Amino acid sequence: MRGFDRRLLTYARSTRAFLIASVAVQAFQAVLIVVQALLIATIIVQAFTEGATLQDVMPRIVQLAVVFGLRALTAFVAEWLAHRTAATAMSELRMVAWRHMMGMGPAWLANQRTGELAQLLVRGIGGLEAYYARYLPQLVLAVVVPLIVGVAILTQDLLAAVIVALTVPLIPVFMILVGWVSQSRVDRQWRWLSVLGNHFLDVVEGLPTLKAFNRAQHQVGQIRRVGDEHRHATMGVLRITFLSALVLELLSTLSVALIAVSIGVRLVHGDMTLMAGLSVLIMAPEVYLPLRMVGQHFHAAAEGADAADRVFSIMAQEPPATGTDELVTADADLSLRDVTLAYGDEPVVTGLSATIPAGRITVINGPSGAGKTTVLNALLGFLPPRNGEVLIGGQDLAHVDVRQWWAHLAWVPQSPQLLPTTLRENLTLGLDADVRDVLAQTRLAPWVAQLPDGLDTVVGEGGRPVSVGQARRIALARALLRNARVLMLDEPTAGVDPESEAAIIDVLREVDATVVVVGHRSAINAIADHTVNVGVVV
Amino acid sequence: MILHDPAVARLRQIYRPASGRLWLAAVLGALALGCSVGLIAASAWLISRAWEQPPILFLQVAVVSVRAFGIGRGVFRYAERLVSHQAAFRSLVDLRVALYERLIPLAPAGLPAFKRGDLLRRMVDDVEAMSDLSLRVMLPIFSAILVGTGSVILCAWLLPTAGAVMAVMLLLGGIAVPAVIIWSSGRGQAVQAPLQAELSSEVLTALHAGPELMVLGADDDYARRIEDVDSRLTSALRKTAVGSALSSALGILIQGAAVLAMILVAVPAVRDGDLSGVNLAVLVLLPLAAYEAVAVLAPSALAAIRVRAAAGRLVEILEAQPPVHEPQAPRSGEGTTIEVRDLSAQYPTGPVAVRDVTFDLAQGRRIGLVGESGSGKSTVLNVLAAYLGYRGQAHLGAVEIADQSGDHVRRQVLWTPQIPHVFDADVAANLRMAKPDATDEELQAALDAVGLPLGLDRAVGQHGATLSGGERQRLGLARAVLAEHPVLLLDEPTEHLDPPTAAGVLATIEQVSAGRSLVVVTHRPIEWLDDHVEVRVP
Repeated sequence: MRGFDRRLLTYARSTRAFLIASVAVQAFQAVLIVVQALLIATIIVQAFTEGATLQDVMPRIVQLAVVFGLRALTAFVAEWLAHRTAATAMSELRMVAWRHMMGMGPAWLANQRTGELAQLLVRGIGGLEAYYARYLPQLVLAVVVPLIVGVAILTQDLLAAVIVALTVPLIPVFMILVGWVSQSRVDRQWRWLSVLGNHFLDVVEGLPTLKAFNRAQHQVGQIRRVGDEHRHATMGVLRITFLSALVLELLSTLSVALIAVSIGVRLVHGDMTLMAGLSVLIMAPEVYLPLRMVGQHFHAAAEGADAADRVFSIMAQEPPATGTDELVTADADLSLRDVTLAYGDEPVVTGLSATIPAGRITVINGPSGAGKTTVLNALLGFLPPRNGEVLIGGQDLAHVDVRQWWAHLAWVPQSPQLLPTTLRENLTLGLDADVRDVLAQTRLAPWVAQLPDGLDTVVGEGGRPVSVGQARRIALARALLRNARVLMLDEPTAGVDPESEAAIIDVLREVDATVVVVGHRSAINAIADHTVNVGVVV
Repeated sequence: MILHDPAVARLRQIYRPASGRLWLAAVLGALALGCSVGLIAASAWLISRAWEQPPILFLQVAVVSVRAFGIGRGVFRYAERLVSHQAAFRSLVDLRVALYERLIPLAPAGLPAFKRGDLLRRMVDDVEAMSDLSLRVMLPIFSAILVGTGSVILCAWLLPTAGAVMAVMLLLGGIAVPAVIIWSSGRGQAVQAPLQAELSSEVLTALHAGPELMVLGADDDYARRIEDVDSRLTSALRKTAVGSALSSALGILIQGAAVLAMILVAVPAVRDGDLSGVNLAVLVLLPLAAYEAVAVLAPSALAAIRVRAAAGRLVEILEAQPPVHEPQAPRSGEGTTIEVRDLSAQYPTGPVAVRDVTFDLAQGRRIGLVGESGSGKSTVLNVLAAYLGYRGQAHLGAVEIADQSGDHVRRQVLWTPQIPHVFDADVAANLRMAKPDATDEELQAALDAVGLPLGLDRAVGQHGATLSGGERQRLGLARAVLAEHPVLLLDEPTEHLDPPTAAGVLATIEQVSAGRSLVVVTHRPIEWLDDHVEVRVP
């Protein structure tokens, strides 16, 4: 983590006004600290050297009480502002990042570990609370307070002010130096640390397999050994982190000790007043406290900031370009003209030419890994061809507004996603439509009829479990509900029960649309009007 | 007290979070805190005494102690951190081992109550959270008690009423402020945690279903759902700002009140001669310094809540019902003939998973289990591998499996999960678990037998990331070749494979299982099997 990341303010606009407000509040806080020190010193001096009674110092005591009250009030306001701003800032950043991720398009999304992305958006960005609510205000505090209190010390005693002026700048310098050292050491050990850290996870995940070979007990010693290695490696990194804390504490407490001793010596020689000596002694620790706290909050904020770093690296990726032309018609032959498709540098499909006749069933065949799904992705407009053209009628898909193409399209991927909501909403997806026909077509009607809640049954994560075949049929039903002119299915019968397979095949046979199916089972091939072979040398 | 929390107490039966090292760390921590209190007390005395201009020799002890306290704080803190982290990591390893040992009898059939990700999260994150028990809860409390007592004694020695003031302040700061924090964060958490979970699941679904939603034109609709959950989470977070703000304001008020109270009791005491004027500054400045000892208790309180929650989740694993009981007096069967009559079984806390299955398997015969999804085919394999208890009859070698020890059964019967677990190691290590004393030649022969052209020293990556689905299945079969069990149980070995690869893997299974008994769960009949048994949905 860097000490200060401008992007964390750029994307979260609400933080800028907060930073300005924060400087004002903290400056007021610093002034109160100075007044408090002067009042306490005055009371002690009067009572100690002048034998003052409570009545004599009562006005000061009342003033001191007011100062403490004001300090509590400003602390309340500062903290309240910080937490509210943090909440808003996290939401802003999260939504910007979320829209960017969706804007990256289906091809990008399909290649992501979605679990990690969701974790990043919710928990990762949630970790920024420590950054926005604690670290950022502390950073302001660490600049404002030493400055104001330092000037106040200067008015009381030049030597103490010099000690402060010499040591305070050393703190950030040391922080940065130690930070560099530990960073490079962490980087070097990171891979090793993560290997050790993952070992336990690996063993727990593989426990059923270990047990099958009666090897589970044997791993106990292994877990202990790797755990000990992990401990040694982690301590190696921590030792440096702790060393940085040691340097900071030494600098700050030793400086206060130096100031105290120098004041004592000068008082003995009568070179200084007790008032000046006491007030400087009270103020000196206040100069170092916010600086030390920066270090503490820095570690707490690091986790969130690292997550933010990953978010920004995703946001730095350009979303794919899309065409703007109106789609002429979706009721047309689709054709691939000398198409080369690639995800990275390595081409998956090279020089493929084929025609998919309108209104007919076309099956895409080919061995595993030949790029059947990749071809489907190109037809869907997810993956622009590296070379060649995908044509709808005579129109190049690359120039068409892909949203218009999708408006005529229905797609059943290999593992269709059910939303965690009712069956009805899963089918309509916000459309106002009657679902009875499509339930009958996909032969889901009897199953739905025997569900206690019928169409109001909640499915998806946390809801009623459905089989692969049922999920595909639900996805097919919602595709049919949209009266799409083109239907694309990716291995719709892989891993499904015979009943689902029969239902899916009957639907495909009867539907009035252009059907493109990635093949898997011979039952699909039997209803094909036309086949496209991918990756087969003829 | 946290140690008497039922869940934490239950965990302490299986590992020791505290040890001699931890007590050493606690003493070091108290010394570090004591140094900062001592620094202010000694400095205040030094300055006050110096004002009386005694011979400088009289100040030597104070000068030395001020310097010593200045250095001591950082050094003791450094030592405390080293010792405490070492101790905490050590006990973490103990906890991991202890939990793993308790997981062994549960896996795999006793764990379906926990989703896979959930179980791993508990075993990794919650175990790590337990380190806070010593580092962030027990240590700070111990140090606070030690230093707090010391400060009270010091004050009371100088002026008895001052001791009372100090005691009241420390108790208020150490109890009231954490109580406010616990109240506000508990209120916040109660609202936030479900919203955060809801947001996570919505985001995850949207990312998963993103491509489909975009094609079906439902992505904007879904984005509104997410914005809605996010804004509810944000406003819940904003509400918690009051609690944090209140607690920091309260801290300042308590310190202020203590300083004022000190002045009120000490100033008249100086005048009445009950308190030496030299000690006035010591008493008035001590509250600000000593408050640091209790300031850490607020974060401790939050850590205690997290620890308690983590402990509760870990105890749920400990208390999970074992899916099968080892027999008191194990018997051993003769031969490996399997006879299953009216077999029914269910997972702990689950409904009946399989009902009334009957089949025979003479040594050397090979059969398939077919049936709809959810009919309990995999459950039958769990029973045969002695992973799951059952009703009815399941004989292995003419003796009930329930009467034989699990290890004994699994020396005859080799169970392989749908996707064989591949450990993050090289190929040789992944094979050798099947036969620990195997020579490299034997390993190579096993690889050749299953047609897997991989080098023995090839690293397979986390979760076998560098292997294809077919290669993983073959690696699983190579283990079976090495292990030489007379009975093989395979769970849908060709699921997730494309047809050509599946055909190849099936051919390899035919070779590997020749001469052994085989029970294979499959969706489609396999022609070379001797028989197929249909399992019906219970």
